[in-house]
Amino acid sequence: MNDTTPPIVRMQQLNKHFGNLHVLNNIDLDIVPGEVVVIIGASGSGKSTLIRCINGLEEFQSGNLVVDSSELLPYGKSTQALQTIRTEVGMVFQQFNLFPHLSVLDNVTLAPMKVRGLSRDDAISSATRLLDRVGIADQADKYPSHLSGGQQQRVALARALAMEPRLMLFDEPTSALDPEMIGEVLDAMRELAKEGMTMVIVTHEMGFAREVADRVIFIHKGEIAEQGPPEKLFDTPQHERTQSFLARVLKH
Amino acid sequence: MEVTFQFDWSAAFGSIPYLLPGIPWTLLISFGGLAIGFFIGIFFGLLRISPLRWLRWPAIVYVEVFRGTPILVQVLFIFYGLPQLLGGPINALVAGIAAIAVNSGAYISEIVRGGVQSIERGQSEASLSLGLSRTQAFRYVIWPQAFRRMIPALGNQSIISIKDTSLFSVIGVGELVRQGQIYIATTFTALEVYFMVALMYLAITWTLSILLRQLERRGLAG
Repeated sequence: MNDTTPPIVRMQQLNKHFGNLHVLNNIDLDIVPGEVVVIIGASGSGKSTLIRCINGLEEFQSGNLVVDSSELLPYGKSTQALQTIRTEVGMVFQQFNLFPHLSVLDNVTLAPMKVRGLSRDDAISSATRLLDRVGIADQADKYPSHLSGGQQQRVALARALAMEPRLMLFDEPTSALDPEMIGEVLDAMRELAKEGMTMVIVTHEMGFAREVADRVIFIHKGEIAEQGPPEKLFDTPQHERTQSFLARVLKH
Repeated sequence: MEVTFQFDWSAAFGSIPYLLPGIPWTLLISFGGLAIGFFIGIFFGLLRISPLRWLRWPAIVYVEVFRGTPILVQVLFIFYGLPQLLGGPINALVAGIAAIAVNSGAYISEIVRGGVQSIERGQSEASLSLGLSRTQAFRYVIWPQAFRRMIPALGNQSIISIKDTSLFSVIGVGELVRQGQIYIATTFTALEVYFMVALMYLAITWTLSILLRQLERRGLAG
C-alpha cells in the first residue's frame, strides 16, 4: 500500500467501555482505500465492536474517529456525520438481517430509493445487476425465508453494495452458515476484493484471511496485539497471544 | 303446581325486528371507538418505548389509569361526570365511543409496544447501516413487521371492545342490550330475548374472527 494515500478510516486512541468492561483499549487504526483488512481474535476480544464503531452502531467514549472525511464524536453525538458515513459504508451481518417482509428485490432497492432518491426503475436495474453478480438473480421475487442461508447472505451483500459504498464492513459473515454454504459467500467476497473494494472483515476463516487480506489484525482483550501481512502474521507470529490463538484455531 | 320451562321460539324470533336496530349502534360504538383507540394506542405505545424518560412517563400513567379502572366507571364518568365540568350534556353515543377509545387505547398501546419491541435489533441495525434515518427505518422496516405481529392481539382487543359496548346500555344508548331490555320490559320474555342478543354478539364476533384469520394467513404468506 502507498503510504501517502489518505486513509478512509482513521481511528486514534479509541476507547470503549461496557460498564466496567474495557472493550476497546486505545485502538489506533488507519485503513487506506482499496485495502482489505481482516480482524481476528477470540470471541469477546472486541473485534465486532471495533468494526461496529466505524459505522456508529456502537458508541465509543473517547478518541478520534474519522471515516471518509466525516468525524464521528464520542457518545454518538454526531447525527449528521453518522448519516453521511452510513450511506458510504456498507455492512454485512452475521445473522444476515434481511427484511423478511420484503422480497429479495425490494430488500435491495429500498435504501437506494429512500436514501439516494433513485427512481424505482433505476433501483431495479441496478439491483438486478447486483443480484446477478452474486448469482441469485433468479430468486429476486422470493422472500428471504425461502432462501438458503448462503443465498440470504449473498442478498445481504447485494443489498449493501446497492448503496455503492466506499467501504464494506463484514461482521463474521459466514459464522451463521452451514459449512457447505460458506464457500459461496466467501467467493462473492473474494470477487469484491479483486474489484478493489475497501473491506474490513471480522472472520474465523483463516484460510480466506490468508488468501484475501492485505493486512491481518489480531485483537486480544480490546487491544491490537499484533498486525501485519497475512504470511507474516500467520507464519511467524511475534506475540505469544497470537501464537496461542493461532495454534488453537488452526489445529482443526 | 307444575312448573314448565319452555323456550318460546316465536318469542325469540319475534324479538329480532326490535333487536336488529341495535346492531348498527353496537358496531358504530365498537369500531368508532376502536379506530380512535388504535391511534391513541400507536401514540402512547410509541411514547412508551421512547429513549426519553419524560416522554415515557405520560404513556405509563395513561395505560395504568385506563387499564386499571373499569370501563363501566369510565363511561359513567364521561356521561354523568364530565358534563359537570363542561357545563353541558354529552351525547350518549359520543360518550360510548369515547369510553371504548380511551379504554382500548390503553390496551392497544401495550400491544403496539410489545409488537415493536419484538422486532429483532438486527432489523434496525441493518436499516441504519444502509443509511436510512431512524424514521425511515421505523416506517419501512420495523412497523410493517411489528404490525403483522400485532394482528392477533388487535383482533382479540376488538372482540373484547365489541362485548364491552353491552355495558353502555346503562347510559341509554340504543345498542343491542338496550334494545333487548326495552323489548323485555313489555313482553317479559327475558330467556328468549337475551338468547337472541347473545346470538347477535356471537354473529358479530365470529365474523370478525373469520376475517382476522384470513388477514393473518395473508400476512404470513408474505
